[in-house]
Amino acid sequence: MNIRHSTSLALLTALNLLLLAMVALHAAAGREQASRDLAVMKGLVRELRLTDLCLATEARYTRHPAMADTHAAFQEHPVALDHFPTGSLILPGIPPARLHAHKH
Amino acid sequence: MRTNIDRHRNIIDFAISSMLRRKAKNLSLALLYTLIIFVTASLILFVQALRKEAATLLADAPDIVVQRLMAGRHDLIPTSYGEKLAGIRGITAVTPRLWGYYYDPVFGANYTLVARDGDGTGPEKIAIGQGVARSQRISGGDMLTLRSATGTPLLLTVARLLPEESELVSSDLLLLSTADFRTMFDFPAGVATDLAVTVSNQRELATIAGKIAALLPDTRPILKSEILRTYESIFDWRGGMMVVILSVAVIAFVIFAWDKASGLSAEERREIGILKSIGWETGDILLLKFWEGVAISLTAFLVGVILAYLHVFLFSAPLFTQALKGWGVLYPRFRLVPHVDPYQLTILFFLTVLPYTVATIVPSWLAATVDADTAMRS
Amino acid sequence: MIELVHVSKQFNAGRANEFQAVDDVSLTIRRGELTILKGPSGSGKTTLLSLVGCMSRPTSGRIYLRGVRTSFVPGDEAEPVVDISSLPERFLTDIRRRAFGFIFQQFNLVRGVTALENVMLPSYPTGEGYAAIRRRADELLERFGIRRQGGSRVEWLSGGELQRVAIARALINDPAVIIADEPTAHLDSRLSRELLDLLGSFKAQGRTIIMASHDPIACDHPLADRVVEMRDGRIVAGGSS
Repeated sequence: MNIRHSTSLALLTALNLLLLAMVALHAAAGREQASRDLAVMKGLVRELRLTDLCLATEARYTRHPAMADTHAAFQEHPVALDHFPTGSLILPGIPPARLHAHKH
Repeated sequence: MRTNIDRHRNIIDFAISSMLRRKAKNLSLALLYTLIIFVTASLILFVQALRKEAATLLADAPDIVVQRLMAGRHDLIPTSYGEKLAGIRGITAVTPRLWGYYYDPVFGANYTLVARDGDGTGPEKIAIGQGVARSQRISGGDMLTLRSATGTPLLLTVARLLPEESELVSSDLLLLSTADFRTMFDFPAGVATDLAVTVSNQRELATIAGKIAALLPDTRPILKSEILRTYESIFDWRGGMMVVILSVAVIAFVIFAWDKASGLSAEERREIGILKSIGWETGDILLLKFWEGVAISLTAFLVGVILAYLHVFLFSAPLFTQALKGWGVLYPRFRLVPHVDPYQLTILFFLTVLPYTVATIVPSWLAATVDADTAMRS
Repeated sequence: MIELVHVSKQFNAGRANEFQAVDDVSLTIRRGELTILKGPSGSGKTTLLSLVGCMSRPTSGRIYLRGVRTSFVPGDEAEPVVDISSLPERFLTDIRRRAFGFIFQQFNLVRGVTALENVMLPSYPTGEGYAAIRRRADELLERFGIRRQGGSRVEWLSGGELQRVAIARALINDPAVIIADEPTAHLDSRLSRELLDLLGSFKAQGRTIIMASHDPIACDHPLADRVVEMRDGRIVAGGSS
C-alpha cells in the first residue's frame, strides 16, 4: 500500500524542521568555536586601535566607512566606482590600457 | 477533534494528488519560490551576521577618534593637539595613530599601512595580514618592496603574518615600525593621521566630544557610537545592498503571486464546480486551496532557509562576496559567526508564506461561492 | 419520502433574460421507487433535480424531505421532516452529503486523479477516517468489477468503466436517494441498459432513484416505477399520485 500524500507531506515537513533544528545546533556550536576567533580579533582591534572591518578594499569610504569624509569620491582605488550618480559618468584619469596591465 | 484531523488529512491527500497532476508546473513554481527565499534568507543571514560581528568587534574601537579637517578634507593632525586634549577632564589617554593607504601598482591591490612598534615589527621588519600575503604570494621570511613617497624602493622583510582567524579586521593590514612608516610616506615629524582618545566614563563621551570641538574648531571628533552606527546603517534593512536585493526579490514575488491571484483556469473552475456538486462546502474548497498553498510555500520556505544557512555559514556566501569584492583585488576570507535571528526569519515567513497562501485562496474563494448546481448545467 | 409543493424556480428574475425553469410543480416521490423525469431539453428536468438534491433553492414553494438523518435536527423522531426550501447553504450541503448520491450527464469526474480517489472524494470533507473510506471505495469498485482500474487515472478508462466509477462515487456515502441527470446520454444502447439494470438493482437496497432522461431505453425500462413527463417547467403527465 502506498504512503498517503498527507503522510509524505508531514514527513517532508518534519525532515525540514529536523534539518532546521540541526542548523540551529550547528549555529550554537559555531558560536562557541567562534568566541576564540572573536577574542583574537578583539585583541587586535584594541591594540591597533582599529575602527573598521576589512570588507572591501577598493576605496577609502568602503575600507574605512567610519573614518571617511562624508562626500569623498575616487578616494583610493583608481577604478573604484562612486556612490554618486556622476561617479559612474566621470571616468578616472587613467588610460584603460594601464589598468589591464595591473590585473593579473 | 479526531474527525477534524481526518478531514484535514483527507483534504491534504487530495490537494497533493491534485498538484501532482501538474507536476512540471508546480515543481518549477516550488523551485522558483525556494530560490527567492534562498536569496532573501541568505542576504538576511549574511547581513545580520556581519552586523552582529561588527557590533561585537568594534565595541573595542577607540572611544573617540579626532581628525583634523583642512578645507573640507581630512588632513594630518599635529601631535601638539594631543597635549591640548589631554587637559580636558575625563580624557585618560591620547594616542596618535599613524596609518595610511598604499596602492600596489603591480598587483592592483590597496593596503592599509599602520605604524606599530614591537610585536614582530622593527627596522625593515613588518607584519602583514593574510590578504596581503595572498595577493603578493609571499609568506613569513619573504621580502616585500614598497615604493616610497620619494620614489626610492623600500625593502622590507615579513617577520610575521597576522593570524588567519582575524582576517575580518586585519586582511589588508601591513604593520611597520614608526620610523619605516615615516620614511615610506616622507611623513613630516610632529603630525599624525589622527588621534585616538580614551575616555574614563563612557557616558561622558558626547560632552567630551563637544569640548573637543570647542577647543579645536578645525577638528572632527568621531565617537565610538558613531562608528557603530555607521555599521548599523550599512547593514540595515533599508540600506544599500539589502534594498537592492530585497526589492528584486519582492518584485519577483509580486509577479509570482499576481499570476496566482489573477484567476483560475477554466479547468480549475470546472473542478471546483464538481467538488461542490458532490457535497464539498465552500469552506472545504478553501481548505483544499489553503493546503495547496501551504504545501508549496512551507516547503519552499524551510528548504530555502536551510540552503541559505549552508550558503552563508558553511560556504562563506560566495554569492555575495562577489558583490562585496567589486573592484577590490584583495579580498578578506572570513567565516562568519553563525547567527540565526528568529525574529528576522519570522518576518520573512510572514512576508512570503502568508501572501502566497492568500493569493492561492482568494480566487478560489470567488469561484467556490458559486451555486452547487453550476456543474450540472455545463 | 420527498414532497414538492407548488415549487417554482426562476432564473435572472427581473432582467431581460428572465425565465421560468420550473413552474408550479407538485410531486411526491416514494421511497424505494425509480422515478424518471422525461421531457425535451429545457423542460426543467435538471433544475428540478438540483432543487430536490439540495443544490439550489426554489424561488417559491416548499420541498419536504422525510426520514433523512441530519446533524442539526434532533434525531429522536422516527421520521423527521425537513423543509429544505429555506435552509442555509451549510445545512443543505450536510443533507446533500448524507442523503444524496449524484450521477451526472458528463459523469463529472476529476481528471488526472485515479478512479479510486474520484470515488472517495465525496467522503473527504466529512472527516471520516481514511481507512474506512478506502475500504468502502474498494468494496464498491469490487462490486462493479473495476477494482483493477482503481489505480488508473480516469482519462485512461473506457466509457463503461467511467460510468461505473461515477456510480461508485454516488454510492460512497451510502445515500438514501440517488439522483441521475441524463446518465445514458453519452452511452450506447448496451451500456445504457447495463446502467439502468444497475440503478434498478439499488431499489432492492431500499434506495430511491430519481432520474432525468429523454432516452426511450430508460423510460421504457421494466424497473422504472413511474415516468413523469415535463414540458416548459410543468408536469404534463404522470404527476398525479
